[in-house]
Amino acid sequence: MSQNNHHDKEEKKMYNKGEVITGLVLFAVIFAFPFWYNMGKAAPVPEPVLTEQAKAAKECIKPKALMKTDHMQILNDWRNSVARDRNRIYVNSSNKEFDMSLSNNCLDCHSNKAEFCDKCHTYASVSPYCWDCHIDKPKEK
Amino acid sequence: MENSRRTFLKIAGISALGLSAKPVLDAFALDIDMLNKKINAAPKNGALTAKRWGMVIDTRKLETEEALKPMIEVCHKIHNVPVHENKRHEIKWIWEEGFKHAFPDLEHEYVNERVEHLPFLVLCNHCKDAPCVRACPTKATFKQADGIVAMDFHRCIGCRFCMAACPYGSRSFNFRDPRPFIAEINKKYPTRMRGVVEKCNFCSERLDEGLQPACVEASNGALVFGDLENPESEVRQLLKTNYTIRRKVALGTGPSVYYIV
Amino acid sequence: MLELALKGSKRYYGWIAGLLAVIGVGFGCYLWQLSFGLGITGMSRDVSWGFYIAQFTFLVGVAASAVMLVLPYYLHHYKAFGRITILGEFLAVSSVTMCVLFIVVDLGQPMRLLNVMLYPTPNSVLFWDMIVLNGYLFLNIIIGWQVLQGERNGVAPPKWVKTLIYISIPWAVSIHTVTAFLYCGLPGRGFWLTAILAPRFLASAFAAGPAFLILLCLLVRKLTKFDPGKEQIQTLAKIVTYGIILNVFFFLCEVFVVFYSKIPEHMDHMIYLFKGLHGHGVLVPWMWTSIALMVFSIILLVNPFTRQKEGILLVACLCVFFGTWIDKGLGMISGGFVPSPLHYVNEYVPTAPEIAITIGVYATGFLVLTLLFKIATSVKEELEGV
Repeated sequence: MSQNNHHDKEEKKMYNKGEVITGLVLFAVIFAFPFWYNMGKAAPVPEPVLTEQAKAAKECIKPKALMKTDHMQILNDWRNSVARDRNRIYVNSSNKEFDMSLSNNCLDCHSNKAEFCDKCHTYASVSPYCWDCHIDKPKEK
Repeated sequence: MENSRRTFLKIAGISALGLSAKPVLDAFALDIDMLNKKINAAPKNGALTAKRWGMVIDTRKLETEEALKPMIEVCHKIHNVPVHENKRHEIKWIWEEGFKHAFPDLEHEYVNERVEHLPFLVLCNHCKDAPCVRACPTKATFKQADGIVAMDFHRCIGCRFCMAACPYGSRSFNFRDPRPFIAEINKKYPTRMRGVVEKCNFCSERLDEGLQPACVEASNGALVFGDLENPESEVRQLLKTNYTIRRKVALGTGPSVYYIV
Repeated sequence: MLELALKGSKRYYGWIAGLLAVIGVGFGCYLWQLSFGLGITGMSRDVSWGFYIAQFTFLVGVAASAVMLVLPYYLHHYKAFGRITILGEFLAVSSVTMCVLFIVVDLGQPMRLLNVMLYPTPNSVLFWDMIVLNGYLFLNIIIGWQVLQGERNGVAPPKWVKTLIYISIPWAVSIHTVTAFLYCGLPGRGFWLTAILAPRFLASAFAAGPAFLILLCLLVRKLTKFDPGKEQIQTLAKIVTYGIILNVFFFLCEVFVVFYSKIPEHMDHMIYLFKGLHGHGVLVPWMWTSIALMVFSIILLVNPFTRQKEGILLVACLCVFFGTWIDKGLGMISGGFVPSPLHYVNEYVPTAPEIAITIGVYATGFLVLTLLFKIATSVKEELEGV
């Protein structure tokens, strides 16, 4: 551990200079892989498409901006409420009631899953596994 | 002076650790918030409620396998229960058993001929003191306020401790993706994914809609469902006037499914 | 000290490359299992735990056995063991690593593993098993590393290490007790529903673990310039002797209770394992082999003349190891599930990919073991100036 203490200050030099620097450069290149690999390939941010039904409803259960940022959190709360407490009715801030059901309610209005959900999820490179169990098309349209 | 490299590395290491710990801690803090937050929610209007749901099966009205079929079929159909050709992967919520399998501790060589050949309908007993609930390490299987032993498929890690714990063989595991093995999917109800355990839920989704369990509805009165803790309920009346048996009572699990033989 | 693991002979690197290849095959099969589900294994609705959980159970025992070196050395000041406690601790580290991996490969949804900590459930024995196993892993890593480093630098390890060592002694007992509690607290499983399960697990652990350690000591002596010592090996041999005798004794207690009481729920599993039930009995030859190996090893071990000959001791230790491995790694888990609670006899046989994954996990454990033993023996060689 402290074998090197007898060295004089003048003797200070870098050992294995070649390997160390090559290693550092390699590390930096590999570490930055996601950046240079995707350089110049940035796709435009997709906008979720609304169905006629969704447009007509004007407002979702919460303001649009909040739905954009917090829908995953809301769905999480919903699933805990339904699956555990069996409280299936959600009351929003304007006292409107909603059936907390991804397939039977959310996707009733947003029946265009590919355009509404998948597009953004693909862009953001997230793959929620909701659809492994929940049916994505409650009604044939 | 020679030590400065060491000190530098130490400080660099600790800083790196600190920097990387921050987002992890944030994520945990978020998760904890998520777990504790209660949203403004309520049960559905007209939902059927009870202190402890129970079922009485009148085997006098179910003498043949044919008689059991509609109940089994409707349950498996509405809950998207797959039919696997490989018996190892079999999934069932409610099914038919012979007396010696349903009641191995009551079986003997001179058992009455009718009972010996009688098909028994078996399902999760929604035990009062359920061993599966005790065993589950994540509360993915848990007891609801109305006595139903429920599954939270989102939380199940697939350790199958509950299957080892259940003395009634009521639990099935999704050894593979069930979807290709569901003939016709009921779009109102989710399927499961591979790697989670499932079982009968006493049709809690129907109770919440104000409906009786599907098997009870299809039984022409042979199955009666009600509140075991309400002395006025139909199940209690039946229990009062008929001698009933339950499966493996000696284990102390307190099954909520009773059989009139 | 880590750098010591990098300096080795061609043979050493060849062995590591071989292990990595085996791990690669196992990992490939695991990726297949991840995408298909546990359906690629031989497990079923009736036998819902199989080879993975059985190996886990066996290896918890091997891990716990480190205490058989630590306890005589630190509590009874049996100085001779000071030389090899590190080998026991590092064996524990690699065994617990395998245990954890076996649990992970057995999960249907491994990515949700953290749910066990996010939703802590003290009424579940599995929750406690997670705590004791991880605790034991860290205890042994920290203790082993500190003691070895102190030894290398010629200084005593920090004082707090002593506290951890004392904690590690009951902790070792706890890991196998809690693992037994996974099984013996389940109401419908007559085979496991016995208070002697935890003691029996511990007895077989204190036979299998030290037996394996003797084999490792003999190997270390052959492959390195560090000699773990004749006295050390002989004392371990006595521990193995007591362990295996107790294990067989506890098993016979079980046999008496089961067959004298004649309660079918308890008896049927034994009959299935040793005679076959309703024409099914894949495990019958294995179980009798296990008994034969254990009895034969007792004959070799009890007699001091045979025990003291290292060649014979080696044979005896192999018998102990494989005898207890069959007992716990094959019979213990399947035996509890057959017949099923509804009294069906559906047997379990592991599939090829399941065995490949199992071997992959073992290879990972042996890789950890190799690296740690390389470090430990290199330090010992350094100190003895050979």
